[in-house]
Amino acid sequence: MLNIKNLHASVGGEEILKGINLEIKAGEIHAIMGPNGSGKSTLSQVLAGSETFEVTEGEVTFNGENLLDLETEERAREGVFLAFQYPVEIPGVSNLQFLRTAVNSMRGHRGEPEMNAAEFMKHAREVSMQVDLDPAFLKRGVNEGFSGGEKKRNEILQALLLQPKLAILDETDSGLDIDALHVVSDGVNALRAKDRAILMVTHYQRLLNHIVPDYVHVLADGKIVKSGGRELAYELEERGYGWLNVKDKEATAS
Amino acid sequence: MATTDKEVNELVKQEYEHGFVTDIESDTFEPGLNEDVIARLSGIKKEPEWMLEWRLKAYRRWLEMDEPNWAQVGYPKIDYNSISYYSAPKRKEDMLQSLDEVDPELLKTYEKLGIPLHEREQMAGVAVDAVFDSVSIATTFKEPLAKAGVIFCSMSEAIQDHPELVKKYLGSVVPSGDNFFAGLNSAVFSDGTFVYIPKGVRCPMELSTYFRINAANTGQFERTLIIAEDSSYVSYLEGCTAPMRDENQLHAAVVELVALDDAQIKYSTVQNWYPGDENGKGGIFNFVTKRGAAIGKNSKISWTQVETGSAVTWKYPSVILRGDNSVGEFYSVALTNNYQQADTGTKMIHLGRNTSSTIISKGISASNGSNAYRGLVKFGPGAEGARNFTQCDSLLIGDRCGAHTFPYIESKNKSGIIEHEATTSKVSDEQMFLCRQRGINPEQAVSMIVNGFCKEVFKELPMEFAVEAGKLLEVSLEGSVG
Repeated sequence: MLNIKNLHASVGGEEILKGINLEIKAGEIHAIMGPNGSGKSTLSQVLAGSETFEVTEGEVTFNGENLLDLETEERAREGVFLAFQYPVEIPGVSNLQFLRTAVNSMRGHRGEPEMNAAEFMKHAREVSMQVDLDPAFLKRGVNEGFSGGEKKRNEILQALLLQPKLAILDETDSGLDIDALHVVSDGVNALRAKDRAILMVTHYQRLLNHIVPDYVHVLADGKIVKSGGRELAYELEERGYGWLNVKDKEATAS
Repeated sequence: MATTDKEVNELVKQEYEHGFVTDIESDTFEPGLNEDVIARLSGIKKEPEWMLEWRLKAYRRWLEMDEPNWAQVGYPKIDYNSISYYSAPKRKEDMLQSLDEVDPELLKTYEKLGIPLHEREQMAGVAVDAVFDSVSIATTFKEPLAKAGVIFCSMSEAIQDHPELVKKYLGSVVPSGDNFFAGLNSAVFSDGTFVYIPKGVRCPMELSTYFRINAANTGQFERTLIIAEDSSYVSYLEGCTAPMRDENQLHAAVVELVALDDAQIKYSTVQNWYPGDENGKGGIFNFVTKRGAAIGKNSKISWTQVETGSAVTWKYPSVILRGDNSVGEFYSVALTNNYQQADTGTKMIHLGRNTSSTIISKGISASNGSNAYRGLVKFGPGAEGARNFTQCDSLLIGDRCGAHTFPYIESKNKSGIIEHEATTSKVSDEQMFLCRQRGINPEQAVSMIVNGFCKEVFKELPMEFAVEAGKLLEVSLEGSVG
């Protein structure tokens, strides 16, 4: 489904990704772990089409198509979804309006008729219950005044509504208490499907107890330095990153 | 960032859709302004002597006045002798008796603008006074309104038919010596709308005036007067458009509102004068004085404006809160794109006890637009227990536009409470990325974000106009994603 070859990306002349190679097949769940500053978030954003970063080398194909040639919104319509680490607020725009516009953009792309307000409302209410969000949230401004946990649940709500082919979850577990983590994990597990792939970016092993990955990769200084199965995450939890000759920038900085 | 700006710029580039010219024979004065011109204008309108005297007095005073230069706008010096002060479509008979006699070209013009004037197609629940250049060409729903005792007619008719009301109230809120542009208007105003709501009457429908500038090299100087007697209510809307021309045209209007005891006036404007092209060539100079006097106790005057057009806007719809417990409101969305400039805001003058005012201003600047909020909140010595809440928000799109806020606060009464909040924000790259990552077009994303920003103001507009305003904003913004 997703094939990344020798991907390099930089911001303001500084190279962050220094040659990423990764293949993800339909139905698989991959976890990318690594210390802060290793390029995990950059990878997520580059795949989703953020214009903050410049791709300097390499290629990415998504279902055979050159992903890097597509505009951000085209990638989204082809089924690439990013659950943001820090979802931004859009004051005055109701969540409902935002979500319906998004869903109808996707439907339009697939040649399906638009969902009217009443139809969509009913559907959105059901899905919001699934991630334990009070349907009253739908009427509030996008992420406006949401708590950290609510924002993350709102991201999962969007994934469930948009039904992407590739869901990239950028530190979706950060800032969640244990109950919220359960809710979010249940949401992600509900997304698991034969024709869908999930790429999880996380700093901590604990998320992987709830969403069990097929593969774990360690990203350090812009490169994947080790890949393995589920057991690699346990090893990292026990031994840290030191044995891989990787420095945790956060640990040294603080 | 660079990419987002480029997109915004592409978005904002859209043709002004009301820019056509109606090909119609007109009687137009030679350019120039002097006492003879004013006398001729007054003569054509068959005005009584007192009206001409009033105009001449205003003119003589105006000659002594200076054009204001304190606003945050720049424009070439206006030569007041190069403007024609009267232009009217030629009429077959003296006065129009019915819509059937209106030139079909004019009816077509208004149809094209989405304002059908024919009885069978008229907008349900909205009565329209259609002003074309210097004259009112038609007023709809006059009869049902007259049954309710409401007077809704052109200013010219009011001077003929209701001289006692005009004499009493014209210039009572905005005196002819108030400011340069109000002085000019007092001397040369050609038409406009007159509304009178009698005691205890709730006006049975929305009233509106649609202003259209058509002729070249003319100015439009309309005068609107709305009087709401005790315990009455009226909601009034105005819309305006003009053809696309390379030369600037002057629009200097005066609007006066009078609200007596327990009366309410809700005044909404959707201003879409031609804004000039993307290089700042042409467009309307919109120099307008709008003021309401909340004279009566418990009276309320509410201004809502959506300003998207004009090359330069200079406009401060204000309320004088004279009656005890009177309420003043100002809700504004002002958008400047390309080289548009706006200096707009309000004045809330609290004189009575327990008076309160609310100001919500939303300024949006895109491309090279410049947008200034200028507002005065004044509590007089007798304004015991007065309150004001002001919120001024600016939204910037791109990195070449500007936003300025000039709040003035004067309080001569210690018991008052004044609150002022101001924010400046940008349509951020993060917001755009979020929207696009969810499959939403950049155009749609900007429009959605801007509409969200204006929500508090749009909800004050009558329903059908709120939708219009949202769409207008979308069109005005096209090309602004940059």
